[in-house]
Amino acid sequence: MKAGKEPASPEQACQSGQSGQSGQSGQSGQAGQAGQAGQAIEVQDLHKAFGDLEVLKGIDFSVGRGEVVCVIGPSGSGKSTLLRCVNLLEEPTSGTVTVAGTEVTDPDVDIDRVRRRIGMVFQSFNLFPHLTALENLTIAQRRVLRRGKEEANRVARRNLRRVGLSEKEAAYPAQLSGGQQQRVAIARALSMDPELMLFDEPTSALDPELVGDVLAVMRSLAREGMTMLVVTHEMSFAREVADRVVFMDGGVIVEQGTPDRVVGDPQHERTRTFLARVLDPAAAEVGEVPDVGPHTKRVDR
Amino acid sequence: MPLSLALSRRQRARVFRGVQYAVLLLAIAAFALVADWGTLREAFFDVDVARALFPEIITTALVNTAFYALLGFGFGLGLGLVLAMMRLSSVPPYRWLAIAYIEFFRGIPALLVFISLGFGVPLAFEVALDMNVTVMLSLGLVGAAYMAETIRAGIQAVPKGQWEAARSLGMSPGRAMVSIVMPQAFRIVLPPLTNELILLTKDSSLVYLLGLSLGQFELANFGRDALNEHKSLTPILIAGLLYLVITLPLGHLVRRLEARTAKAR
Ligand SMILES: Nc1ncnc2c1ncn2[C@@H]1O[C@H](COP(=O)(O)OP(=O)(O)OP(=O)(O)O)[C@@H](O)[C@H]1O
Ligand SMILES: [Mg+2]
Repeated sequence: MKAGKEPASPEQACQSGQSGQSGQSGQSGQAGQAGQAGQAIEVQDLHKAFGDLEVLKGIDFSVGRGEVVCVIGPSGSGKSTLLRCVNLLEEPTSGTVTVAGTEVTDPDVDIDRVRRRIGMVFQSFNLFPHLTALENLTIAQRRVLRRGKEEANRVARRNLRRVGLSEKEAAYPAQLSGGQQQRVAIARALSMDPELMLFDEPTSALDPELVGDVLAVMRSLAREGMTMLVVTHEMSFAREVADRVVFMDGGVIVEQGTPDRVVGDPQHERTRTFLARVLDPAAAEVGEVPDVGPHTKRVDR
Repeated sequence: MPLSLALSRRQRARVFRGVQYAVLLLAIAAFALVADWGTLREAFFDVDVARALFPEIITTALVNTAFYALLGFGFGLGLGLVLAMMRLSSVPPYRWLAIAYIEFFRGIPALLVFISLGFGVPLAFEVALDMNVTVMLSLGLVGAAYMAETIRAGIQAVPKGQWEAARSLGMSPGRAMVSIVMPQAFRIVLPPLTNELILLTKDSSLVYLLGLSLGQFELANFGRDALNEHKSLTPILIAGLLYLVITLPLGHLVRRLEARTAKAR
């Protein structure tokens, strides 16, 4: 049984990212219809197999504009694959994915055009090592959006300031700490003026003391009303920032809802088992969610 | 009690090294005594013969050697790039073609290619290929096979995340290749490609087969010609040294580039 069959409707009112109290309430009329103007992401009956290995087994969910959705779940449950299906880094086996009214799974769609509107932040940063921080932010603006040098630089500097790295514009990625690299990567995505952002465990490859800076940037993004789909193991972040938390296991959505419900009062045994492993049980009892730090420290290559 | 047992391990090693030096010195001394220095000097370093070689051995032969090598390298690099792209193509026939080409030209002697293009093609098709075109093709066709594999390996050595990051920003496959993957692959393949240039410099001596006119002589040809004229090995020795003038700095460059790549990792 899948909670995903009754997808939580995004509340149009939750732009602030704070009021996400009623992830399951009302407006169910909208759910399930592709191309709804109000949805930033709409996923229907998504299946993905690698050869014989079925990784996603029918995912239905949506993300409303301005909504912040965190995806949690054990390793191998298909979180990254789901995220990568949204911007078609992985080709879904079946099902539809609609981003801001454009069905990306339509074979005729110009995927490059859609991807411009979707910022993606990777676990392993993936900055371009042969370019400076500033050039990392300008290259796609210039080559893809065809912005002039002046404008591209202006946008890039604004976004470097936004992530607190103005003074690093001339540095190459190798000269930056992991946390700084990840913030540059976020700024790079922001420089394309995306309508929504995807984050795949953005802090998992970082030393614990560098996680905070990156989360702070993401927090302020959420506050500014950016639509965000975040795969994370940072439960405190999910609790504080997410409008909705989606728990995945074995290629299906087991349950989803407000952070207080999913993290604080999980309905399913599998969710409870997972959370017990991720969270310090003692702290969980008194309702405190400790910052668990990077859950798995490894870099996807 | 045998001597060796009375010595410590370190002492024994020292004795052994001493013996090695002694043997070497004896060999050198014996060679110096036996060798006919007068004849050797005359054969390998006849000052008059050497003087007669200059400046043409530089202005014609060395310059032509470098020119032929670069000609073959330029063509081979271009073709190698195309082959590497075909090799990585998602269209299977392109991959098959590239693999067949690469395996074929890596497997046959360069000499055969020179003969085919220099004599076979003109005879069979009754066309006279321009000398430079013949050289370019002969050196380049083989070089391209090696360079294609080098470039393919370089492209594949760029982490997949780079490609994904580029595509995620909306770059087309071509744009991602040109702006993101290629520049990084280029740094990786620069040392092996320089090595290929060294090999082509030496292989350019095969041009010798083609029956050149005087102005087209490269080092090997020039040396051979002078050998006949002067009945002396001096031209060959000098030609050899002039190859080193090209290859040694390039070899040094390769090591510097490799060290730089290793550091950047
Ligand atoms: N390109 C691929 N080819 C084959 N199998 C893959 C590929 N990508 C992912 N998988 C498999 O799909 C399953 C789900 O992978 P996915 O990366 O989506 O999990 P995840 O939930 O993100 O896990 P983690 O928390 O470890 O990142 C895993 O079993 C993985 O081995
Ligand atoms: Mg993952």
